[in-house]
Amino acid sequence: MHVPDGFINAPVSAAAGVVAAGAVAVSLRGARRELDERTAPLAGLVAAFIFAVQMLNFPVAAGTSGHLLGGALAAILVGPWTGVLCIAVVLLMQGILFADGGLTALGVNITVMGVVTVVVAYALFRGLVLVLPRTRRSVTVASFAAALVSVPAAAAAFTLLYAVGGTTDVPLSKVLTAMVGVHVLIGIGEAVITMLTVGAVVAVRPDLVYGARGLTAPLKLRVGGELVDAAPAAPATAPAGSPKKLWIGGLVTALVLAGFVSFYASASPDGLEKVAADKGIDSKVEDHAAADSPLADYGVKGVEAPRLSGGLAGVIGVGATLAVGTGAFWVVRRRRTHSETAA
Amino acid sequence: MGAGHAHKLYRHAHSPVHELPPHTKLAAVLGFVVVVVSTPREAVWAFGLYAVLLAAVAAKARVPAGFLLKRLLIEIPFVAFALLMPFVVPGQQTTVLGVSLSVPGLWGAWNVLAKGTLGVAASVLLASTTELRALLLGLQRLKLPPLLVQIASFMIRYGDVITDEMRRMSVARRSRGFEAKGVRHWGVLAKSAGALFIRSYERGERVHLAMVSRGYAGTMPVIDEVTATRAQWARAAALPLTALLICLLGRTL
Amino acid sequence: MTTPPPSLEVHGLAYAYPDGHQALFGVDLTVGRGERVALLGPNGAGKTTLVLHLNGILTGGAGGVTVAGLPVGKKHLAEIRRKVGIVFQDPDDQLFMPTVREDVAFGPAAAGVRGAELEAVVRKALDRVGMGAYADRPPHHLSFGQRRRVAVATVLAMEPEILVLDEPSSNLDPASRRELADILRSLDVTVLMVTHDLPYALELCPRAVVLSEGVIAADGRTGDILGDEELMARHRLELPFGFVPGSVA
Repeated sequence: MHVPDGFINAPVSAAAGVVAAGAVAVSLRGARRELDERTAPLAGLVAAFIFAVQMLNFPVAAGTSGHLLGGALAAILVGPWTGVLCIAVVLLMQGILFADGGLTALGVNITVMGVVTVVVAYALFRGLVLVLPRTRRSVTVASFAAALVSVPAAAAAFTLLYAVGGTTDVPLSKVLTAMVGVHVLIGIGEAVITMLTVGAVVAVRPDLVYGARGLTAPLKLRVGGELVDAAPAAPATAPAGSPKKLWIGGLVTALVLAGFVSFYASASPDGLEKVAADKGIDSKVEDHAAADSPLADYGVKGVEAPRLSGGLAGVIGVGATLAVGTGAFWVVRRRRTHSETAA
Repeated sequence: MGAGHAHKLYRHAHSPVHELPPHTKLAAVLGFVVVVVSTPREAVWAFGLYAVLLAAVAAKARVPAGFLLKRLLIEIPFVAFALLMPFVVPGQQTTVLGVSLSVPGLWGAWNVLAKGTLGVAASVLLASTTELRALLLGLQRLKLPPLLVQIASFMIRYGDVITDEMRRMSVARRSRGFEAKGVRHWGVLAKSAGALFIRSYERGERVHLAMVSRGYAGTMPVIDEVTATRAQWARAAALPLTALLICLLGRTL
Repeated sequence: MTTPPPSLEVHGLAYAYPDGHQALFGVDLTVGRGERVALLGPNGAGKTTLVLHLNGILTGGAGGVTVAGLPVGKKHLAEIRRKVGIVFQDPDDQLFMPTVREDVAFGPAAAGVRGAELEAVVRKALDRVGMGAYADRPPHHLSFGQRRRVAVATVLAMEPEILVLDEPSSNLDPASRRELADILRSLDVTVLMVTHDLPYALELCPRAVVLSEGVIAADGRTGDILGDEELMARHRLELPFGFVPGSVA
């Protein structure tokens, strides 16, 4: 989905650039508040991980394969702030080092693939985790749903940008459906892999999954072979009560949006088929490239783009996506400040 | 991403372009692309001149044409998209070789192809004449937030390390007779991805420990600085300024 | 005249990781100035956890650590981290900068050293480990042994009070292992060496302590400890086949 130069007109590209810069700035602050001076090495390594994992090909059926976008995965594993940063850095490096995605389209790419996926995925994930019973299964279910919705949401956001600033008038109604339709399919793959990956991490290091943290046992001292409780050095930080209502509200909005989107997707099966055909061609290209080293295969890794080529343009209510995105961002911020004052 | 010092697109050479300070080159490429994008698509000749400009820079930088052209392949998905446009965009129709095509669609395709190609070519020239580390220093010099530059430099430093780990895991899988063939093997691949994440994150923690052990407190100490003279800025600015001139001509003519 | 405080004092140190796993259960240890001490113990004994407390990377458990008279805590953190030089097990973790020179310069530069003085510090540290010729190479182009030596140099550049080495001989071929031993012997600093390599401990460290199940289980002359078969077996420590401590010490 890396958009090249000249695809979206200059004013909209610039506006997206401002949005992306703002989101990155907010995320820098948020990540720093959470990770402190650990931000640079941790976000850097997670970015390297996302970069590597995007090269991991998942065979879909004979001859075709797909790969992760990673927005939802990053959001769930390291949280929205660090998640946005990682994806933004990956896109920046892809643009500068590999000429993948236009420099003037960097704002569009970061907004669509970084901000929208991460924010939508994280809002939905947190919402579900709060509503569902507190078990590991809920975490995996929530990550499935979050990843599933995040991909078509990104497609919808792109379609919105194209509707406002596309350089060519393509019939839009036809194509929101195609764009979103294809991405629902892709979203399923993304969802399954994200869910399984999060599940694998939760099973081994639950403390590393951003959404599932915070269980500590009291310290013990070994005195003459006996274990005795040590005096706690600092009061344990209680998990702050979160404003459930806000979350449920956000969740309902997201679900309504998802329903809306899939309604349109199913309304136009022929568009879907066409895009699916393009997708097939594209997957073959990638499969072939994967024969070489991961770095070599990067060469042909425009790859997700044809999804876009499927999504011949678009219209409609995708303002909703951005609105939900902004709302979710606001909610996340509210919650953070809330928990800080509580702690 | 190559080996730290040099990445895949970088071609070692001594040329006037290689020797320009990285931030001047970054600014020049960005300026050039902005100009290209804002050129009206009807000024077909202007895009031809832009291509000539880039070819001149490539010649000066001793980047062979074949290398540059091969790299343009990254655009293929968008070429496919562009090729569809003449068939699906509504509007005035024209007939070429017996096929009915839409005129606005043709213009749209041309617009995407021309601007996208020029953008990729400019980026490739930048990446092939600038070392990875220099690019990062250049970004820092251009006032990208230092934290973002740090994240990027860690990604670059450890990209290979993580990719190697991924490769080793893949070798380990295959040594035990596993070959990913379809959907039912997603679980295994996802477990690998999960393990890779844990390893990456834990390495991030260890790197952080090594950093704070040596006095890191949130900002990178300044060890190297890149600076540019007025003459170097002028040389780098030649590309976007000439392009701007062409663009203005294109708008008036 | 008062005697200088010991390089390192640890008292009653206990710690549990955020995931609930408790690694230290009350560690007491004193290392005098100029001593070279080996810290031995089976896997999972808490050795690395202890090391991370020495410069305040891990805190918040019970007990405390004092380095050259300075308590380890938020107040003196920068000073403590300059005084305690930790060489980590994996040089790839330690060498995070693009070139050897920048990596060695990182610590002193973070402490505010600049320009010609910085260059001099870097050159001196690299010369002490015999890596002066590699200053402009990227770390991952070096051999493993070379990387370990550069890792030592990155720490030496900060003129530490105590050098803490985590498994210094791991993954080294015999020649690199001997070269590193020569370097360590030539240094005039307090050394705490965490290792499974018992002959290496005997060769370099007159004193050894055994950390087992999160407490110090033994403390004495390295030769005596390695010679105490019952103690060794109790803490899952084993000498390489055919190695007799008495024959070397």
